[in-house]
Amino acid sequence: MKITKVEALENIANEIRISIIEEVYNAQSGHPGGSLSCSDILAVLYFNQMNIDPKRPDAKERDRFVLSKGHCSPALYATLAERGYFSKELLKDFRKLESNLQGHPDINKVPGVDMTTGSLGQGLSAAVGMAIGSKMESAGCRVYCLVGDGEIEEGQIWEAAMAASKNKLDNLCVILDHNGLQIDGKVEDVGGLTDIKEKFASFGFNVIEVDGHNIENLIYAFDSAKQKKEVPSVIIANTIKGKGVSFMENEASWHGKAPNEEQYKQAITELKLKHFAN
Amino acid sequence: MNIENKIATRQSYGEALAELGEKKENVIVLDADLSSATKTNIFAKKFPNRFINVGIAEQNMMGIAAGLSTYGKIPYVSTFAVFAAGRAYDQIRTSICYPNLNVKICATHAGITVGEDGATHQMLEDISLMRTLPNMTVISPSDDTQTKWVIEEISKIKSPVYVRLARPATPVIYEENQKFEIGKGIQHGNGTDATIFATGVTVSEALKAQEELKNKNINVRVVDIFSIKPIDKELIIKCAKETKRIITVEDHSIIGGLGSAICEVLSEEYPTKVERMGIKDTFGKSGKADELLKYFKIDKNAIVERVLQ
Repeated sequence: MKITKVEALENIANEIRISIIEEVYNAQSGHPGGSLSCSDILAVLYFNQMNIDPKRPDAKERDRFVLSKGHCSPALYATLAERGYFSKELLKDFRKLESNLQGHPDINKVPGVDMTTGSLGQGLSAAVGMAIGSKMESAGCRVYCLVGDGEIEEGQIWEAAMAASKNKLDNLCVILDHNGLQIDGKVEDVGGLTDIKEKFASFGFNVIEVDGHNIENLIYAFDSAKQKKEVPSVIIANTIKGKGVSFMENEASWHGKAPNEEQYKQAITELKLKHFAN
Repeated sequence: MNIENKIATRQSYGEALAELGEKKENVIVLDADLSSATKTNIFAKKFPNRFINVGIAEQNMMGIAAGLSTYGKIPYVSTFAVFAAGRAYDQIRTSICYPNLNVKICATHAGITVGEDGATHQMLEDISLMRTLPNMTVISPSDDTQTKWVIEEISKIKSPVYVRLARPATPVIYEENQKFEIGKGIQHGNGTDATIFATGVTVSEALKAQEELKNKNINVRVVDIFSIKPIDKELIIKCAKETKRIITVEDHSIIGGLGSAICEVLSEEYPTKVERMGIKDTFGKSGKADELLKYFKIDKNAIVERVLQ
């Protein structure tokens, strides 16, 4: 199933956003800001780009996805449910005792989750290992890894970037959810990270910068990354934290906070209106 | 035990790994710029396409190994114990143990017997750190024969394993036909005056002490606890019942290591006084390995003295 119509993908991204709000509201816990910023990226990956089959989540030849910024699990779970890996009903139990939908993704509990993540900076190394594994096996898989812009303050990210380049991992595509905010404020103020494009370029990456909420641009970026040989690619997706919910947009305070009933209703109303507009 | 025939367990590891590579094509070896010291260079020479040198980036190495294991590979990861269990602890915890991935961490240069490099390189807390992790198996071999058996045996376990290896050459204790089993200790002698539980490099020291004590008509038994986790509860309890004293000796902190593991078993199952010999809540220091064993009172003489007290 490959969806190519932009409007259809936009609607899927919007459905993902609605599920994110439902999950975090029901759990009264979780991370809405960064989940909303990466919803369009996930919609394009799971419905347009990746070679996957929800009926065979362990198929060896499948493409892999590692959510290195594991706290954005609401977005990943919403996407997997939307794609048919499991029932959307299960999203109601996110973060609850007895639920398989743990606070952070667990490879052994959720079909479609390709790596356990949560401690920032570690997912990209695992993705590098997968990309090497795929090459060793001539499996022909592509490995996608979504990292946050706050997350790349972790030194391990750059160890992994170096390894990706050294091993000529052209089957690895890193996506940077560049929303500019982390828990304590602006990324450039808190960690002091600047010149991200130049940094990845100097680590040997093919760097593609796009509007991370523009479906057409995202498709183009992923397609062009596939064509690049001998070097890994990074898509710097410029995004808005909290995208789609007016009062959450560009507010660091919505990094890891659940909406109250009134805020929940407003968020859902806003998102449903968008859906209708399409 | 022939004390003249000495081999370092890191050397045994390197040789066993190269042999295992012949038998199992899915064995992949990773190192962080220490392959000549960890002896993974033997494997690297033989199987260059299955060897990955990640450079001085241990945290990344653990993650890459985790990723490789999801493709059915069996990664053997090596560096010094302090950089594996210490520096990359959270990577081992979150990217390997929590997802229960099939990664073998074979850490060399454990303990004060690293020698001249001193405290920064002498890992005295790894048994403690590794055995507390769910899904982890912890093995601390005492000689060449046992190490070679362990390296192949752990390839059959489909979960994370930590193997603690030493730098200096130590006596070969076991004959080639010796039977080993993960989770089972090995009892040397039936003495009832004391049991000396040892692991890794201290096993040969304890065996030397046993010989010397025999000349003084004191009969102790030595138990090689090479399998730290799972641990041989049955044997530990049996020894506590059959012998007058329980002494533990390890090239590791007395906090959280072998001594603590023995105490945990006995305090719950058969409360017994335990005398722990090891590094007493302090960092190591530079010196020759044998000088350090003496300085920190975990060598043959220290064990003899302790038993005579």
